[in-house]
Amino acid sequence: MTICTPDRPEPPPFSEPWHAQAFALTVHLSERGNYTWPEWAERFSAELVALRGRQGPLDGGADYWAAWLGALEGLLTERGMAEPAVVERLKEAWEAAYLATPHGAPVQLKAGQ
Amino acid sequence: MPHDHHYHDHDHDHDHAVLPPEPALRVKALETLLTEKGLIDPAALDAIIDIYQNQVGPQNGALVVAKAWADPDFKARLLADATEVVAELGFYGRQGEHITVVENTSERHNVIVCTLCSCYPWPLLGIPPGWYKSDAYRARVVREPRAVLAEFGLALPEGQAVRVWDSTAEMRYLVLPMRPEGTEGLSVGELAALVTRDSMVGTGVPKVPA
Repeated sequence: MTICTPDRPEPPPFSEPWHAQAFALTVHLSERGNYTWPEWAERFSAELVALRGRQGPLDGGADYWAAWLGALEGLLTERGMAEPAVVERLKEAWEAAYLATPHGAPVQLKAGQ
Repeated sequence: MPHDHHYHDHDHDHDHAVLPPEPALRVKALETLLTEKGLIDPAALDAIIDIYQNQVGPQNGALVVAKAWADPDFKARLLADATEVVAELGFYGRQGEHITVVENTSERHNVIVCTLCSCYPWPLLGIPPGWYKSDAYRARVVREPRAVLAEFGLALPEGQAVRVWDSTAEMRYLVLPMRPEGTEGLSVGELAALVTRDSMVGTGVPKVPA
């Protein structure tokens, strides 16, 4: 199995905007003292192991970021910072907002959501 | 967990905003909640993204390597205390708190990996490439480094040992590759242009001057 083709053009560091957002959120929350980076690394590592157990070897692309987000959600739940039911409700509110917003207009949550 | 029935790469009729993928909505939900709680500053998130998307990358590490090639005193200090020396060049901060530089010689080639997750010297190399984060690399480079390096097109002489350095959240490594022959008289800037990202991870060697 070939890992890479040498000399191919360098891809951008984040292939999707949400990868960058999840990354920044994780760094920022750590810098604000909510957890240390080694605590994060341990959590993330455990998530990678768990994901590998469920779906086999990880390719370091979309699966890597899925594990990253899963680890972040788990950590924030554990620390009482983001309750899963509230996160789910907000996710649905964002989904509804996208579906209700005309194409090209900024998407915003309604007050009270 | 795939949840793609709302992905809008199909073309039937709709006039609303394009719905982002499910994980993107989860991230937005987290951001909304944490902002409401006053736990995050959205402007700080944008600043972090800008740094890693646009400012930090292997060009930083390449400058360090080129300076080490050009200046024996700099090199000696770099190998003794990389963290402090690269900080003097302005390369410090996240994931750069503890950096060790390991020098390639004709007797030993060095390779870095993070078997735990994806620890990497961000201030010097930026965000790691996909392959550095893949199981194919993380697990195998420890077990069969020569085979993995061969897949990168790197065939090492039999007599050159390979040492694999496992990065952690506390210690990160940078490989100081061997200076290519035929580079006498080049400026630091010209030398830096020969230093590839892979050569500083140990999965490649520097370019040779054209």
